[in-house]
Amino acid sequence: MSLTDLTATQLLAELSAGRTSAVEVTQAYVDRIERHEPAIGAFLRYDAETALASAKNIDERRRAGKPVGLLAGLPVAVKDLLCSKGDLATCASRMLENFRAPYDSTVVARLKQADAVLLGRTNLDEFAMGGSTENSGLGVTRNPWDFTRAPGGSSGGSAACVAARMTPLSIGTDTGGSIRQPAGLCGVTGMKPTYGRVSRYGLIAFASSLDQAGPMASTAQDAALLLEAIAGHDSGDSTSINAPTQPYSQTVTQPLAGLTLGIAKEHFGPGLNAEVEQSVREAIRVYESLGAKVKQISLPHSKYCVATYYIIAPSEASSNLARYDGVHFGHRTDERAMLAELTAERQKLESAKDTAALNRLDTPLVRMYRRSRSEGFGPEVKRRIMLGTYALSSGYYDAYYLKALKVRRLIRQDFDSVFQSVDLIIGPVTAAPAFKLGENVDDPLAMYLLDLYTVSANLAGIPGISIPCGLSTSGLPIGLQLQAPPLEEDRLLRAAHMFQQATDWHTRRPNLP
Amino acid sequence: MPLTREQVEKVSLLARLQLSESELVAMTAQLDAIVGYIDQMAELDTEQVEPMAHPIELADVFRADHARPSTDRAEILANAPHADGQCYLVPAVLGD
Repeated sequence: MSLTDLTATQLLAELSAGRTSAVEVTQAYVDRIERHEPAIGAFLRYDAETALASAKNIDERRRAGKPVGLLAGLPVAVKDLLCSKGDLATCASRMLENFRAPYDSTVVARLKQADAVLLGRTNLDEFAMGGSTENSGLGVTRNPWDFTRAPGGSSGGSAACVAARMTPLSIGTDTGGSIRQPAGLCGVTGMKPTYGRVSRYGLIAFASSLDQAGPMASTAQDAALLLEAIAGHDSGDSTSINAPTQPYSQTVTQPLAGLTLGIAKEHFGPGLNAEVEQSVREAIRVYESLGAKVKQISLPHSKYCVATYYIIAPSEASSNLARYDGVHFGHRTDERAMLAELTAERQKLESAKDTAALNRLDTPLVRMYRRSRSEGFGPEVKRRIMLGTYALSSGYYDAYYLKALKVRRLIRQDFDSVFQSVDLIIGPVTAAPAFKLGENVDDPLAMYLLDLYTVSANLAGIPGISIPCGLSTSGLPIGLQLQAPPLEEDRLLRAAHMFQQATDWHTRRPNLP
Repeated sequence: MPLTREQVEKVSLLARLQLSESELVAMTAQLDAIVGYIDQMAELDTEQVEPMAHPIELADVFRADHARPSTDRAEILANAPHADGQCYLVPAVLGD
């Protein structure tokens, strides 16, 4: 058995016992990356030299008997949306292609503090907007289970590199399902913690009331380990929750007794793929065999989740992305060409004596903003900025943005009321296994509707986890989603671990050439 | 009411985007379909519902008010597309 077949928890035991070294572990993963990355494209960048140097340093400290961090010597890949001082942080956007972070995000700072070996930076949908990683402005990522299919998104790179065993651990972010959905489609374990559990400081914002970083790994136990390293209050983020965390890596192995699982009828409606339904129902039977009780529940406002989400997330995005103005950082258009274009337009309008159009003509500064942004952003980012700007614009604010905030409360109340009588909600992550690359790119609404089962957790701020629970007849992973009340990450991880003790879906790997 | 090309053009100015002719056409159709789907929210009676802007409804989170060094100016300006070492440089704001 090679090092890359072990879980992060097993690797850590080997490292602590001195039976292997961080350099050996890192080299084993670098070898895998060099072999499989060209076909998969999970990374935007990786740096074997820096990773091996950091591994060597950790080995020296460990051998000298000095204290080492929680993840000492374990490779971690990070979504290219979290700042790491001095390194590029592109968000897979042309806009930030050359942006170097002036400071560490709290997540990256905590990974460094835990002595993780930072392997590289993973691909994503531009600014995390999308569910297939096809909106990346910088590269294509393929699903390791079938190279003709999408890995999901937006944390598609972080899911694919774990599925292909190019890293034992990765960090993703989840604004509407962007950890759980690619985890489901790539057959790995991925958790979106409670909003505020993990600091957003240095996480490049998409939708600030929804964004949350979280762990991706091969097992719930590994996800618990990674969550333990990154979770907890941070004074750098005023929305960070000041509540105690658990030693998740320790508690995860304790089974839960007397569990009551809720099955929402809205999660099993039309549109759910039969094989997915069968696998999820089988997973529920596994829990029953472990002593869990099952209760039928209803989340009556589920059908409004996608509509609500696609007002709130784009509205916040349009506001957050206003910072990309071509002035402070990021792409700026060629100024001379821009001024020449503007002069030509002015002359044309003057000779046509079109005073009305002349009065509407952009000033040089406004045109600089518009051209810089239009050149820097890809189509999906533009679409969401437009949608959000529309929803927030005068005359539409009440009908769209304010309305969505009210429906958001109804969605949250659905969860609050259900969690009075169940411990966890169990259901599918996605309605179907991984789709073909290119299948949905021309139909943005169809793509948005794929977020049906995941967006509600972000709107409500509750934690959710996706774990593998089956394979389709065509050999594609099927994901199971568990959702818990706020701050109950421990319950989610323990429940996921119970399932992984009773089944072996999480051990299945794609056959890579 | 379907979204018009004129509305989309106006929003593109508010959003500080410059859309090409073909982008405007595609965007109008796509936004119209998306907004049409979103309009189903209208069927809910939300008269008595408080808006929820944020999952954690905390207010006034303060840290201790201590002076401390902030990020170095040169490091921040290093990312600027056009700067003179002290200031960001932009095209003329007033006049031509």
